[in-house]
Amino acid sequence: MNIIFVSAAEQYVAHPPQEAASTAVLDCRTTPDAALELYLAGPWTLKSRRPDPAVVVRRLEDQPETRRVVFSSEQVTAWDSGLLTFLNVVKSACAERHISVDSTGLPEGARKLLDLAAAVPEKSGARRQQTADPFLDAVGKWAQGAGASFGNALAFIGGAALAFGRLFVGKAQFRGSDLALVLQETGGQALPIVSLISFLVGVILAFVGALQLQLFGAQIFVANLVAIGMAREMGAMMAAIIMAGRTGAAFAAQIGTMQVNEEVDALQTFGIEPMDFLVLPRMIALIVMMPLLCLYAIFIGILGGAFVGIVMLNLSPIQYYHQTLAFLGVSDFAVGVFKAGVFGVIIALAGCMSGMDCGRNAAAVGQAATSAVVTSIVLIVVFDGLFAVLTSVLGI
Amino acid sequence: MAASEAPIRVENLTMAFGSFVLQRDLTFTINRGDIFIIMGGSGCGKSTLLRHLIGLKEPAKGVISYFGRSLWDSPPEVRQEILRQTGVLYQKGALWSSMTLAENIALPLAEYTDLKPADTREVAALKLALVGLAGFEDYYPSEISGGMQKRAGLARAMALDPEILFFDEPSAGLDPISSRLLDDLILQLRDSLGATIVVVTHELASIFTIANNSVFLDADTRTMIAQGDPKVLLKDCPNITVRNFLTRGEAAHAEM
Repeated sequence: MNIIFVSAAEQYVAHPPQEAASTAVLDCRTTPDAALELYLAGPWTLKSRRPDPAVVVRRLEDQPETRRVVFSSEQVTAWDSGLLTFLNVVKSACAERHISVDSTGLPEGARKLLDLAAAVPEKSGARRQQTADPFLDAVGKWAQGAGASFGNALAFIGGAALAFGRLFVGKAQFRGSDLALVLQETGGQALPIVSLISFLVGVILAFVGALQLQLFGAQIFVANLVAIGMAREMGAMMAAIIMAGRTGAAFAAQIGTMQVNEEVDALQTFGIEPMDFLVLPRMIALIVMMPLLCLYAIFIGILGGAFVGIVMLNLSPIQYYHQTLAFLGVSDFAVGVFKAGVFGVIIALAGCMSGMDCGRNAAAVGQAATSAVVTSIVLIVVFDGLFAVLTSVLGI
Repeated sequence: MAASEAPIRVENLTMAFGSFVLQRDLTFTINRGDIFIIMGGSGCGKSTLLRHLIGLKEPAKGVISYFGRSLWDSPPEVRQEILRQTGVLYQKGALWSSMTLAENIALPLAEYTDLKPADTREVAALKLALVGLAGFEDYYPSEISGGMQKRAGLARAMALDPEILFFDEPSAGLDPISSRLLDDLILQLRDSLGATIVVVTHELASIFTIANNSVFLDADTRTMIAQGDPKVLLKDCPNITVRNFLTRGEAAHAEM
């Protein structure tokens, strides 16, 4: 339970209660006509110390001949839910034992509220039975769930592919202004953070390399290390991780909130395919922007490496420039940029899918955003590994 | 708190968003045991007035006092203490969706009382029984219907045994029968708890069933143009706008 329990000591400081010392009084008496009279007095509020209804239940068990319970409450000075919960327990204990309860002696308001509480009887079967699944059941349910969500993912990818098909035959329904907005959000507005991270990654790569290469007097090869590292791996990787956290989560939260507000349903009833209207512009934007961001990240990363080379390793800028150009081939860029495009698809798919699958409450939106980021980062790293194997086998 | 002081007194209240004045010079008193309606056409500031009363928005001018203590001139701790005597049923229930119904009711109890968890659960069960939801303690808000969510919201509003209950559009989104049942519940709660009840609504059937006092906010003149028992206003109010409102436009029709 998400409940903050305040300790009793703090509670007294927070609300100095006027009736701190006050205690509700309960006295059980047997009347001459074999009824049990409950004499109530003092403040029966949630803040006062109240007797445990178990006292009454024990008394009922000790005197099985009791057929009726009556109340005397003239001395009750104040009451609230504290009295009502007590009475509720007594009432249900009496009902179990077929003992009649005469509530005429209770304060009028309390009597009416008790009647109100009993007015709508508990629907049978409404109450939840909390049972824990046996281990094998739990595993089975998990496996079924995993299978179903894999199926969902495939269906979503298929849907996205169909949307692209409609795009190419010019039948996709989405607004150009939406696409422009997403392009701006995923492109220009991401530049500052991409610059900062890429520059620092370039600096870090240069430092790591310099430590070793200096041992051989081969500082100049820092330029190769940074250039190849940024172009083939880190440019695409860093851009993808930034975009997964920044944009993938935003996609999931936007579309998820639209689900909560039934906006997605509204699109569907107008015959507008949410896949076209919501998912397509976001996918296009990321597929266009990710390679560009990747190129930009590579450039800034190389600048970061150059900064270390020139300032710390005393290489000349011209030397560094030529060294970088001589060793960086078009294929290195191609590998990085291609990967960036694939990562873009992954981020857009994971973000939009989490959003579309979102449940209809606030917590579900948070889960959708989390799942978007986690799924994209895991898939990005997995695919990066696959590409590493593939490029080495193909000798690119 | 002086027992003789009115639960709520509003004096010369002006509500504004920046330089845009929504309503000015609102002055009215809500007495103990009243079922008080804040009415008026759409966009006249009914809900904004409610937000002022429940401490969510600060008045541009004027005084709102609870039992003789000014809400906005008091330090924050006192304001919290005053507001703890109130309970609010929001328009859509506003139940916390990640908690079960019992947990929704237990949260304020755990914050402001030193009940044991078992007792807290007893109180939650009682409150749910009062609104006809016995046995639904372990359901999440998304698993029950809109009408039930509203009643659960009412159970949560009553968690701390408030002296004053606020209802924002209680009948919005309810079928006529559920709406009628909610009206009956409001009346029963007033009679048994002795609570003071403030309702924002434009549901005429509901207004005539439950109200014994009201204030009418006008969107054009930006102030209140009538107050009193709506049944009396229907017959005797000189202002055509008010009679028109209370007769669904029939009054203007009759004059033509």
